[in-house]
Amino acid sequence: MIIELDNLCFSYESGKPILNDLKFSLPKGEKLGLIGYNGSGKTTLLHIIMGLLTPSSGSIRVLGKPILGKKDFVGVRRTIGFLFQNADDQLFSPTVLEDVAFGPLNLGKSPKEARAMALETLEMLNLGGFENRVTHRLSGGEKKLVSLATVLVMEPKALLLDEPTTGLDEDARGTIASLLNGLSIGYVIVSHEYDFLAATTGKIYSMNEGQIHYNGGADALHGHSHKHLLKKHLHRF
Amino acid sequence: MVQESFALGNSLVHRLDPRFKIVMATLYAFAVALSNRFPALFLGLAFSFVLMGISRLPLWEVVKRVALVNGFVLFFWFVIPFTYPGEAVLSLGPLTATRDGVLICARITLKSNAILLAFIALIATSSVASLGAALGNLGVPEKMVHLLLLNYRYIFVMEEEYHRLVRSLTVRGFQPSTRVHTYKTFAYLVGMLFVRASERAERVYMAMLCRGFCGKFHSLHEFDRSRGDLFWLCCTMTIIAGILILEWVPF
Repeated sequence: MIIELDNLCFSYESGKPILNDLKFSLPKGEKLGLIGYNGSGKTTLLHIIMGLLTPSSGSIRVLGKPILGKKDFVGVRRTIGFLFQNADDQLFSPTVLEDVAFGPLNLGKSPKEARAMALETLEMLNLGGFENRVTHRLSGGEKKLVSLATVLVMEPKALLLDEPTTGLDEDARGTIASLLNGLSIGYVIVSHEYDFLAATTGKIYSMNEGQIHYNGGADALHGHSHKHLLKKHLHRF
Repeated sequence: MVQESFALGNSLVHRLDPRFKIVMATLYAFAVALSNRFPALFLGLAFSFVLMGISRLPLWEVVKRVALVNGFVLFFWFVIPFTYPGEAVLSLGPLTATRDGVLICARITLKSNAILLAFIALIATSSVASLGAALGNLGVPEKMVHLLLLNYRYIFVMEEEYHRLVRSLTVRGFQPSTRVHTYKTFAYLVGMLFVRASERAERVYMAMLCRGFCGKFHSLHEFDRSRGDLFWLCCTMTIIAGILILEWVPF
């Protein structure tokens, strides 16, 4: 097991609980999708796993080891890569190479090693020749791919991806999907798009009322998802 | 959008080590700014032209930038000659221009153009990224360097966010005028930009934490100086020496 969450509770100040006794686990190499309404707590959950938010109660274990304090999360961040929803938040260096090398440098690699790792990762994602491009001038799809490179270069054991297709066109989505399918590590993708999840994950879970429910295999789910969604939407409005 | 168009060339100046260029430009700017005699200033201006020639920047673009600064300088020409006390050289109706006033304006014009041209030739020919790394390498505190680099990175995002807000005002029929409503709307706009900037800063910081950031930035840049760098540093030092001689040695 890479990630195990037990009895996780969380609420923002004086709000209703976002996570309510949540249970979830990510086995090694497993590719999971997580779907849910806006505000259902998907991003909050990912932030809690990365130690960016502190749960009010519950336990987190990564690689079987209980994660208790700030120090433990430093290790978690080396084990689990997190792709932010907005690539502009993730890419802060002036050039692509510097941004991709940022992680390895933080892990204590020498500039030479970091550079080599960055170039290798860019090559792997078909981004060879991008190293000296200026990050803010990349297109949306390119930014997303470079963000993925900045995470993969740290050789994580699993990935968390927060809405990786937001604002991307069909082509860029296809590229990201095939790259993800080619990865040997497991991941959790949070998304609104059934099609994308069906193309990239084996199992899809849904998040509702602060808990995670298993919806079935991606194929089975896709057949009935739209009707099911529509009904819920009608209820809501 | 802000573009680093001048940094894209491949002239001799573009290839110089940015650390050397920063040192050269800084020393040279001080020498010119502190000089007062015309031979020294003309020598400086001539050297700036030489640098400009070697950098092979598009002339028209350079002229546009220089013209902008000279617009301000022109303003001095309208005011200083007529307000500075001294020997009169010209009367225009009730106004009298003084010799000393004219000389001061001439000095300001020469100095500002010489320094500006040298900075365009030396500094604008490097990308902000490499200048940041060079400043760090020269001993400028890390925090200042990263303030510069992060500012540079996110100014574009802020610009985009500003345009997004302005568009949303425009499509809802907002037309600026001198009304309280206008001022209030602009205040909201600025306030919203600050809110978004601070939220973004938080997200960027979280993204950095997730990639193992522990408060220390590590640089990837490695500089190597070449013979060309040393040669041009020597040239600049010679010119600076020339400026100092012309300034201090009486003829």
